[in-house]
Amino acid sequence: MTIRQMERKANAIRQDLVTMLTAAGSGHSAGPLGMADVFTALYFSVLTHDPKHPDDPERDRLFLSNGHICPIWYTTLAHAGYLPRREMLTTLRTMGSRLQGHPHRKALPPIENPAGPLGQGLSQAAGYAYAARIDHAKFQVYCVLSDGEHEEGQTWEAIMFAGKHRLASITAIVDRNNIQIDGYTEDIMPLEPLRAKYEAFNWHVIEVDGHNMEEIIDACSLAKAIVEKPVAILAHTIPGKGVDFMEFDYVWHGKPPNSTEARDALHQLRTLGGRIVGEHE
Amino acid sequence: MLVKSLNPKLFQKNVAMIPTRNGYGEGLVEAGKRDGNVVVLCCDLTESTRSQAFAEQFPERFVQVGVAEQNMAGLAAGMAAYGKVPFTSSYAVFSPGRNWDQTRVAIAYGEANVKIAGAHAGISVGPDGATHQALEDLAIMRVLPGMVVLAPCDAIEAKKAVIAAAEHRGPVYLRFTREKTPIITTPRAPFSIGRAQVLRKGTDATIIAAGPLVFEALLAAEALAGNRTALARIVERYPALSKRVKTSALHGHSMQRAKQAVRWTPASIRDLLAHAGRMDIEVINCPSIKPLDHGAIVASAKKTGRVITVEEHQITGGLFGAIAELLARHHPVPITPIGMPNSFGESGEPMELLEKYGMTAPHVIAALIQQ
Repeated sequence: MTIRQMERKANAIRQDLVTMLTAAGSGHSAGPLGMADVFTALYFSVLTHDPKHPDDPERDRLFLSNGHICPIWYTTLAHAGYLPRREMLTTLRTMGSRLQGHPHRKALPPIENPAGPLGQGLSQAAGYAYAARIDHAKFQVYCVLSDGEHEEGQTWEAIMFAGKHRLASITAIVDRNNIQIDGYTEDIMPLEPLRAKYEAFNWHVIEVDGHNMEEIIDACSLAKAIVEKPVAILAHTIPGKGVDFMEFDYVWHGKPPNSTEARDALHQLRTLGGRIVGEHE
Repeated sequence: MLVKSLNPKLFQKNVAMIPTRNGYGEGLVEAGKRDGNVVVLCCDLTESTRSQAFAEQFPERFVQVGVAEQNMAGLAAGMAAYGKVPFTSSYAVFSPGRNWDQTRVAIAYGEANVKIAGAHAGISVGPDGATHQALEDLAIMRVLPGMVVLAPCDAIEAKKAVIAAAEHRGPVYLRFTREKTPIITTPRAPFSIGRAQVLRKGTDATIIAAGPLVFEALLAAEALAGNRTALARIVERYPALSKRVKTSALHGHSMQRAKQAVRWTPASIRDLLAHAGRMDIEVINCPSIKPLDHGAIVASAKKTGRVITVEEHQITGGLFGAIAELLARHHPVPITPIGMPNSFGESGEPMELLEKYGMTAPHVIAALIQQ
């Protein structure tokens, strides 16, 4: 897939995400929209994976720590061939669904860890990477975290552990979107200087524009090449990216659009914010 | 009548005394030999949780986590997801006390094959005081879906429990204690998850106990049956102990409890036994608090018609809770709990504390009379 094709894929994924959240009637909008480009990059370029063999022991692992952004994961997994698109669009957060409100381990094969309560994912990823190193396994362990969950002490326990053991197979991708439920991270509990904090814990840090496909892919490639340390990619993203009334607004952290808002959001995504005149529904 | 698989020296002064945590240490080494996937994680308590021998024998499979119990639970869940069989070692107040959310989500909900060892459980931790005396761990672990909860009564049983936990697929909580306590069982005695053992067959009442207090239960039952060695142990031990019990000025619960503290004398204990008359008490060792041995417990309750539970834990949510829930549904009988009466502990010598808070053999006898 070319970069251009991946950008189109990310747009299609955003559209399905809006449809899915609207159908579910609850769920998180801002974080998932903001991470659409990162997830597209992961599943259509970065990760070694095969939807036909989801249990392949050689596959790269993805741990999601901020479980509440799982709608973008589910949407991307459907586009990557892990589940039917119809199931993705219609069953989120419904009874009996594999698409639980927060991820249930093994409900879908690519889900490696349960997540919901913040701050737990990196510990699990680090344990996994440590165990794999005992057996000389070669795959990468990716862990997607929110910025807000760096307020949890456990996140730093895990960062300290991975730094101590030089768990170089770990690539942590931090969604630096500056929002959390109650407001902006720097008002609630300042995280900056986040880069310096990671570096002080013996991590290598790369900062990228989280909406620039090429930068995301290059950073992941560099992270894999760095074998001395674990790597944190600080992905600077816009919460609600692609839908103007959601962008930068923390109010959209934890709610879905209603049907009118969804129509507006889909229109914006299909016309790339009005830059394309003809809208093909 | 006592079963044959008991330590024949149980009521003698020179009975072997070994902490149950030593059984954990031996069990880890054995489990590590049997299965190359067994790994041990520890939070800066390697020696005192008895993880040291494993760490020395299998250094590549031992992980020093530092003082970070929440991280340890997550690391273990990740290692289990990969295919390892992790044992996490800490004090029960920290793990699962400190990291219960991680235990709930990453381990229990994640169905991770993690074995959680909580050492220094119970009030018999002694001088360290209330912060370090885990009296709630059984309750908070028993309530987690899919979690197996084991509380072995001596070091021999502890070792068997560790090996059984390693072979069991799924999360297990194992509770260990700090102090040297009598060796009750023998290596030949049976142990399996979900099974209780009748240690003394009787007809008048059933004592169901877990952990090293099984010894106090047996001592009480044998004294009531006229066993002179058992009676001698009680008379020589508890009057002196109860004299040392002091009223605590620390906090309300302890003061309240101390007012009820009993001063035993050899004469008062003999009076108590004379008042009781000869009784034939069934004693059940219940190391598998979850899953419970439904068959053995219900059968005994049907036979004797009344039950005393004995545990070094809050009387809510632990062994008493488990037994009461079971019998309420299947065979309701009067049940009297012996355990911590909704109170925090305090500093003191282990046996002094057990006496003050009413968990020793004379209190078991008194409960049998009062019931």
